[in-house]
Amino acid sequence: MRPVSAAIVGSAETTELGKIPDMSGTQLHCDAALNALADAGLTPADVDGIACAGESPTTLALLLGITPDWVDGTQVGGCSFMLHVRHAAAAIAAGHCSTVLITHGQSGRSRVGMGGWGGAGAGLNVQFELPYGPVGPPTLFTLPVLRYMKTHGVTEEQLAMVAVVQREWAGMNPRAYVRDPITVDDVLDSPMVAWPFRKLMCCLVTDGGGALVLTAGERAGDFPHRPVYVLGTGESVETPLVSQMDDLTTSKAFRVSGRQAFAEAGITPADVDHLMIYDAFAHLPLYGLEDLGFCAPGEAAGFIWERNTAPGGRLPLNTNGGGLSYTHTGMYGMFAIQESVRQVRGQAPAQVDGVTISVAHGVGGMFSAAGTVVLGNQLP
Amino acid sequence: MDRPTRMVPRPTPDTQHYWDGARAGELRLQRCDACGHVYFPPRPFCPACAGREVSVFAASGRATLASYVINHRPAPGFDGPYAIALVDLEEGPRMMTNIVDCEQTPEALQLDMALEVTFLELTDEIHLPVFRPAGGGA
Ligand SMILES: [Zn+2]
Repeated sequence: MRPVSAAIVGSAETTELGKIPDMSGTQLHCDAALNALADAGLTPADVDGIACAGESPTTLALLLGITPDWVDGTQVGGCSFMLHVRHAAAAIAAGHCSTVLITHGQSGRSRVGMGGWGGAGAGLNVQFELPYGPVGPPTLFTLPVLRYMKTHGVTEEQLAMVAVVQREWAGMNPRAYVRDPITVDDVLDSPMVAWPFRKLMCCLVTDGGGALVLTAGERAGDFPHRPVYVLGTGESVETPLVSQMDDLTTSKAFRVSGRQAFAEAGITPADVDHLMIYDAFAHLPLYGLEDLGFCAPGEAAGFIWERNTAPGGRLPLNTNGGGLSYTHTGMYGMFAIQESVRQVRGQAPAQVDGVTISVAHGVGGMFSAAGTVVLGNQLP
Repeated sequence: MDRPTRMVPRPTPDTQHYWDGARAGELRLQRCDACGHVYFPPRPFCPACAGREVSVFAASGRATLASYVINHRPAPGFDGPYAIALVDLEEGPRMMTNIVDCEQTPEALQLDMALEVTFLELTDEIHLPVFRPAGGGA
């Protein structure tokens, strides 16, 4: 065990205090952040971990231009910042990050940018996205895809094939919500939601849940099931606004999260026997395969088309049927981990032979955040 | 009963210049005085170097179509299928918008087509920047 050693090296309040009618709560976070960093002789470029409550860390990352290796948006009320300090100390001791910025900002008196009661609001998404008529994830998460398709010459048929292959996996799983085989034409002929996305390219909407119990690796042999070890993890956030992705053809949060998890586990994509990529929409496995390093940019659609991720293929992907065919309650990430655990234990309905390492990769928001877990059946 | 309308933004002090600009028929961006970085959405400091000395300026209003979807589901304030678009501004930043004076079809909406800003008067206070095909607007 490494000794826990963390220290506070910068500390400051907002420039003004009391009555600040000319700043939103979001900007109060930023003002305090810049002041505390200046107090430490640092800039946002030196920060690799962020924590805040009352505002999303995704907003903080975008506005301050930070690409974090560690994120804590723990929101439990007024004591949240004590918890952030605790998490940060642990994260630093664990080597997840080295310089953590924790922020608070709230327009509690002036209520600038607090949303109000009349339906009008002042958040970044309310000012710069919602007036243009997006209707939830099907019109936001999907927005980068045409650029991806044009850049790499990917067709609507190839996008449809993602759903077709995952339905094959679902057909092997009695618990999958939809199991009947589908064709590329079935997908393309299903009702248009937001061109180029048809209904069968969009996730299910279901009820359900899941849970995990973790213990120290040394104790893991004392329980009834074969242990599933956490070999590596990663996380990051990029932006609360899909319009502000660095590059519409790749997710920065995916890349950072995946890189950390693989490095921590000491593996490369070639070591992975089984893969789960959160598929709220059909394009996410394409971005995931490329951003995690399984395929070169632009090659994922062909990789899936050639059945590499299908039953019998060399990289079984989303073997429960995925969010497209298995289940999608809204926060599907738990189900991706559940399937990885089943595969590593050797208990999956569509069990892949000889799984020693499984990767579960999740997304948050509309390419806003990412988390990656590498699981294995051997103690590292 | 009034028809439901699209979301009307409420400016904050850090975005007021943007909405003031839109009402005056300008798409206003910010540029860092120290490093020259041009950025969006608005904030009173530079995301590239954290400098707090920044200037507001009127952008050219020229852009190209970066990506989009055509929404087929009902939405307050919109009729029929309509495109939700991302455009790359000539000055560098990308923003969400709608494309007007143009058929809302994959055939009419070609990626990388040249666009120019125009403004949709939502209320007396809020004029929303939208884009139309360059030179060809009605
Ligand atoms: Zn700058």
